[in-house]
Amino acid sequence: MTELAVAVPEPIVGRSLWGNAWARLKRNRAAMLSLYYLAFIAVISVFGPMVVPHEYTTIYGDYVRTPPSLSAYPKPDMIQGALGDAIKRMRADIKEWHQDGNRVIVTITATKPIDDRNIRYLDRSDAFDDTRIENKSPDGREMTMSSAVKQQYFFFGTDNTGRDLLSRTLMAGRISLAIGLLAGVVAGVIGVIYGATAGFAGGRVDEVMMRIVDVLYSLPFIFFVIMLVVFFGRNFVLMFLAVGAVLWLDMARIVRGQALSIRRQEYVQAAEAMGVGQRGILLRHVIPNLLGPVVIYMTLLVPQVIILESFLSFLGLGVQEPMTSWGVLISVGAKNIGYANWLLLFPAFFLVSTLFALNFVGDGLRDALDPKDR
Amino acid sequence: MGTADMTAPETILSVKDLRVRFQTLDGTVEAVKGINIKVNAGETVAVVGESGSGKSQTMMAAMSLLSSNGEATGQVDYRGRNLLEMTKSELNKVRGRKISMIFQEPMTSLDPLYTIGNQLMEPIRRHRGLSAPAAREEALKLLRLVHIPDPERRMKSYPHEMSGGQRQRVMIAMALANDPDILIADEPTTALDVTIQAQILMLLAELQRKLGMAIVFITHDLGIVRRFADRVYVMRQGEVVEEGQAEALFANPQHAYTRMLLAAEPTGSKAPPPANSPVLLEGRNVEVVFKIGGGFLGGEPLMLRAVDKISVRLKRNQTIGIVGESGSGKSTLGRALLRLLPSDGVIRFGDRDISEADRQAMRPLRRELQLVFQDPFGSLSPRMTVGQVITEGLLVHEPSLTGKQRDQRAVEALREVGLDPNARNRYPHEFSGGQRQRIAIARAMILMPKVVVLDEPTSALDRSVQKQIVELLRKLQADHELSYLFISHDLAVVRAMADYIIVMKQGKIVEEGPTQEIFDNPREAYTQTLMNAAIDSTRFRISA
Amino acid sequence: MLRYVFRRLLTAIPTLFVIVTVAFFLIRVAPGGPFNQERGLSPEIRANLEAQFGLNDPLWLQYVHYLGNLLRGSFGPSYNLPDFTVTELFAKGLPISVQIGTSALVLALLLGSILGTIAALNQNKLADYSVIALATAGSTIPTFVTAPVIQLVFGLSWKLLPIGGWGDGALINKVGPVLTLALPQIAIVARLMRGSMIESLRSHHIRTARALGLSDWSVVVKHALRGAVLPIVSFTGPAAAALLTGSIIVETIFSIPGVGRYFVDAALNRDYTLVMGTVVVIALFTIVFNLIVDLLYAVVDPRVRYD
Repeated sequence: MTELAVAVPEPIVGRSLWGNAWARLKRNRAAMLSLYYLAFIAVISVFGPMVVPHEYTTIYGDYVRTPPSLSAYPKPDMIQGALGDAIKRMRADIKEWHQDGNRVIVTITATKPIDDRNIRYLDRSDAFDDTRIENKSPDGREMTMSSAVKQQYFFFGTDNTGRDLLSRTLMAGRISLAIGLLAGVVAGVIGVIYGATAGFAGGRVDEVMMRIVDVLYSLPFIFFVIMLVVFFGRNFVLMFLAVGAVLWLDMARIVRGQALSIRRQEYVQAAEAMGVGQRGILLRHVIPNLLGPVVIYMTLLVPQVIILESFLSFLGLGVQEPMTSWGVLISVGAKNIGYANWLLLFPAFFLVSTLFALNFVGDGLRDALDPKDR
Repeated sequence: MGTADMTAPETILSVKDLRVRFQTLDGTVEAVKGINIKVNAGETVAVVGESGSGKSQTMMAAMSLLSSNGEATGQVDYRGRNLLEMTKSELNKVRGRKISMIFQEPMTSLDPLYTIGNQLMEPIRRHRGLSAPAAREEALKLLRLVHIPDPERRMKSYPHEMSGGQRQRVMIAMALANDPDILIADEPTTALDVTIQAQILMLLAELQRKLGMAIVFITHDLGIVRRFADRVYVMRQGEVVEEGQAEALFANPQHAYTRMLLAAEPTGSKAPPPANSPVLLEGRNVEVVFKIGGGFLGGEPLMLRAVDKISVRLKRNQTIGIVGESGSGKSTLGRALLRLLPSDGVIRFGDRDISEADRQAMRPLRRELQLVFQDPFGSLSPRMTVGQVITEGLLVHEPSLTGKQRDQRAVEALREVGLDPNARNRYPHEFSGGQRQRIAIARAMILMPKVVVLDEPTSALDRSVQKQIVELLRKLQADHELSYLFISHDLAVVRAMADYIIVMKQGKIVEEGPTQEIFDNPREAYTQTLMNAAIDSTRFRISA
Repeated sequence: MLRYVFRRLLTAIPTLFVIVTVAFFLIRVAPGGPFNQERGLSPEIRANLEAQFGLNDPLWLQYVHYLGNLLRGSFGPSYNLPDFTVTELFAKGLPISVQIGTSALVLALLLGSILGTIAALNQNKLADYSVIALATAGSTIPTFVTAPVIQLVFGLSWKLLPIGGWGDGALINKVGPVLTLALPQIAIVARLMRGSMIESLRSHHIRTARALGLSDWSVVVKHALRGAVLPIVSFTGPAAAALLTGSIIVETIFSIPGVGRYFVDAALNRDYTLVMGTVVVIALFTIVFNLIVDLLYAVVDPRVRYD
């Protein structure tokens, strides 16, 4: 064939719909900011608990319901109290105390000789550390000790058992986001497979499959979840399943509708007219065109799951102590609004701001993938 | 003509330096770029142009009906008052009273939630302050005026209970309810079947004679302009490129674009294949029945006989034109013959009986039996590159080809349909309608088929593009001895493409025969109506 | 029309049957029983109680008994609140939940429609953006956050409202719960209304009405609004069923003695009859409201015909 001699010019690369969508998304400032914010929340939730000096389970008996503060604890006025408590446990009295830089020097007296091991009472206090005996009277009834003031920061305050709220909030974020993502994916996958099967099979199969969905829909949805949680017990992993098992219904409907409408598209008929088999149509036509709606709906699904998880945790049906999630924290906060409103406000802010960000990203994606809506 | 009355005609509407801009996501788009149009009392003015010429937006701007992202500047003077500067209440004393408008979409232009009577009485009561019973009388009169049968009953009907043609009549009645000076008709017949089109046009002509209003006709259809208009403005890309008296303009077009438009009517004819040419595709008593409702628990199933015992014999190198209005079953017939729909009767391809062939058995034959669709926007998968689109069939029928070989074939196919092969890595949405239709044709041609069913392949395209596609299809036929089944409602295109014509109505063949014969000498009344509606160029009205 | 209603109610029976059956066996399969958790119950008393309520019968027999009672209109006694029958519990709690739910629904429909319409008429202007912001906030912030925040701000800081309690139905006690319950619904209605109104305003028949010089009032209220209200009508069915049967969150946080908490408490305590009663009541509400909405739909849209 002489035709082959004709040089084939390098083709121009066009911009796909995905490329267009990405460009549009990048122009959407609210969506991009939200995306960065979500990344930030994800990073501090995953790595934060490792960096924050307090374990989320550590109980600071001296710091119950401590209000949030940017400066370190103990505050100067708290030192006397903490000192008094510790010395009382030694069954001794304070003769004199003063602060010298970072250390507190205290002289105590007692009626009986003071055992050296008593200094552990000072170390046990959450306010002091590194206690040393500086001086001891010969009869052993008077002792001077010095102890470092343990500088502790509680930026978000502490909860009603004296646990650091910052590390708890971050840990809760880890759980809430993980459940949101995992259960979202579980629900998404179930929904996509179910919906695509129904939509693609069509006819009788579709009718029966959708009737099942209808019946599940008519079961009161929240109650269905509660029933599942009750049934499975309050198990963290099984909760994914419970939440995922309920939220796949919408996804299944959406995907089925889309699959049906894609099957009716002329480009699918054209492929059929060319003799392309079911597999080819599914792989090359149905799935790529389904992806857009699925991505859009996924961004709606994740916040739904987070809310549902928080809701269950709020009712005490979800994540169990000492493990925590935003819903658990908010529930504690709601019960303590009278005297420790930060317990409500910090976790609520994290939850709500995350939901907002997810919402904006979802809207942005919808506008980007389906621009005719605006 | 006009020579008896020498007084200068009174200009009632004059558009001066009108500009229309739209704010879109991709920036500002200027749809109308400073145009001047005037309309005299009682005359018929046509504004002609292809899609995107700004012809509709001009009149929407004049009526302050632009969508919210649009903005009009310039002047639109109605009897000396600028409509663009009027307050809303002043404007509402002109709209519907002095200037009225009817639209392209008869199915959606009436409010589906109110009865015809309610909607007809509304503008009458608003502009003339009549009591309800008096307005009702007026409305009945109007329905009679537009020849709606049984107007008393129709007053209580809802729009969805009427046909498209009837709805357009109601729309006209509403527009003329207050005896306006000007009726703006925006493609009023485009969405209707040809026979209905002719009726609506005749009605408009009749009403103009009776009522004497001026008509501004916005259209892409030069046939309508030729039959209807006194004066013509030709628009292109937001500008008026030529204007003048209709006859002069048709006889002696000045601007190249006008000449191109006039020449865009597909011409020529197709010679029939030699008598000994073998029959490639044959259908005998083909029948397609759809279940359209009922059944199961709902009682007797409702059946629609979309194709009713039709026989067709398509020879090599032949083009059979299948003509009919919407719902005549012509597309269904095409798909049934390709075994894309279950049907009864016998279908033979070459010497094989394929009536019972299943999906598997049909697969190897598919490459020889191809299909091109009407809508070049819907028939190309939006997420595949053009190269992937046109080589998809090769994956099925020549699976041994390497990627490089497929690419080479794509290049050849694109060249063959007159597209730049560089385009093969781009996506369908980056192309115009005409280019997309070429891509769709390339997709069919790459398989080197013997029979191609063309389902309204030109109907979604502008006239000038239609002509190019018609020429491309003819060239491909000549080069590869193709057989076409050309399905269309557009008789002008069918005449240029087909050597044999089948006229269908409600699933049945009304008439068939060689093209020349059918056009010269249609025997059936229905065919005659179709021909008259489409081809006839006698004028409806000669201005006084 | 009447035939249609009749047919719909008839087809509701199998649905109801499936729901009752699924719920019945689901909760029975769950581990535990109504008298397991109560400490201090001697085995003899427990056995006695179980025998008294027929819990030792085979499951299928209990199921048949339950269905039989249900057909006679009896939900049976509550296991955990032995002084009450389930019917009595609902007679006490349901009116309270219905009151709060109806108020929230009416508020949501009115305010939401008005806000949505204002937004649509001022598309891409300040009013529109404000409504969108409000709607986003309303539909994003969960009720278990709104409720304590309302308590904190209006109850504790400003002391305008009581922090909780029913107060024998005093108006001031209802403000917080109704507001909490209505807020997300207002957001949903406003969004729906805005969307459908914009679409309606863009539709061809609105263009016709404008071209005929009809007044703005007629264009917006007579032609655009009636069409735009259809999605709101569809929304109202499920929303009414959900709102009127009580909200767990709102009733818990504001200490309202409605039926919203029944299900959770009952499910946790394996109070089988109360769980089933709640399921049946909610299913009935759903069925009835969906039917009402469908009939309403036909009133607004003449294209919909039931015969």
